[in-house]
Amino acid sequence: MSTALGDRAADNLRFIRDTMARAGAFTSVSGSGMILVGVLGILAAVAAPPLLIAANPGEFIAIWFLAALLGGPLSWLMIRRKAARAGQSLLDGSARRFMLAFAPGLAAGAVLTFAFIAARQISLLPGTWLTLYGASVTAGGALSVKPVPVMGALFIVLGAVCFFVPPFVQSILLAAGFGGLHLAFGFHITRHYGG
Amino acid sequence: MAKQSSSAAARRAERGARATPVGLRAHKGDESVAGALDKIIHERIRLGIVSALAVNERLTFNELKQLLNTSDGNVSVHARKLEDAGYLSCTKSFDGRVPKTEYKLTAAGRKALERYLSHMEALIIATRGK
Repeated sequence: MSTALGDRAADNLRFIRDTMARAGAFTSVSGSGMILVGVLGILAAVAAPPLLIAANPGEFIAIWFLAALLGGPLSWLMIRRKAARAGQSLLDGSARRFMLAFAPGLAAGAVLTFAFIAARQISLLPGTWLTLYGASVTAGGALSVKPVPVMGALFIVLGAVCFFVPPFVQSILLAAGFGGLHLAFGFHITRHYGG
Repeated sequence: MAKQSSSAAARRAERGARATPVGLRAHKGDESVAGALDKIIHERIRLGIVSALAVNERLTFNELKQLLNTSDGNVSVHARKLEDAGYLSCTKSFDGRVPKTEYKLTAAGRKALERYLSHMEALIIATRGK
């Protein structure tokens, strides 16, 4: 039997595997949702200027909590809108796997946030938020379009830097992450991945 | 159950594509190994449709068209052939005023894909083992 036949069989298997991988990707990550969350991030950064974290930690936390409380549902609504447009269900298949991969990092972030607040370690919060949100995005992004895990990795880098800089720089990095990265990747995804 | 089958199919595709020459395991003659191919799903577009549906509960006509980067006519013709063979089921409905066609892999379709994967693995092992 010719090896060409075997090569064709291997090629067919590669095609099946690639098609399964592409068909299993969650493509309803909303670029316009990310832009809105980015705008919210910038507004939060303006409302909580760099020196606030040291001067009034309570207000700093409240502002970013509010941003998270608004950003989560906003992002979810935009994803739901994009999924509905594509006829994609958010309850099964790739969407479900995406959510399951995305959620643990956020849950860990919430737990550590309460632990650090209880221990009055406020300066650890920005790095924790950026790193664990990045971990969530990277994990979920592995099941989505390529820019998503890249954005997640950049969040982790910003978060790592955050642990080694003074508090006022941490606020700037929060703005760069939750504002800047969301805006940049939001525009990219909107333009190249259908909204 | 369906999920286990689809991940099993994905694992087999992965394993087969990386198959190394571990010796000739196919006991049948070369011709019989090559000859018993399921021609219904051997065609590329049809193989793509079946593979995509193996990892999704259901997909719409437009999703399949985008995924396989092909034309309306191609998806329509090939999906019909798979439907005629009993490998797909098709549901037509309306999303508001827009007609919506959804496809789902049947148990026979899933078995056919698994048979096809076994067949490809056997071919690779038989040819590389020589």
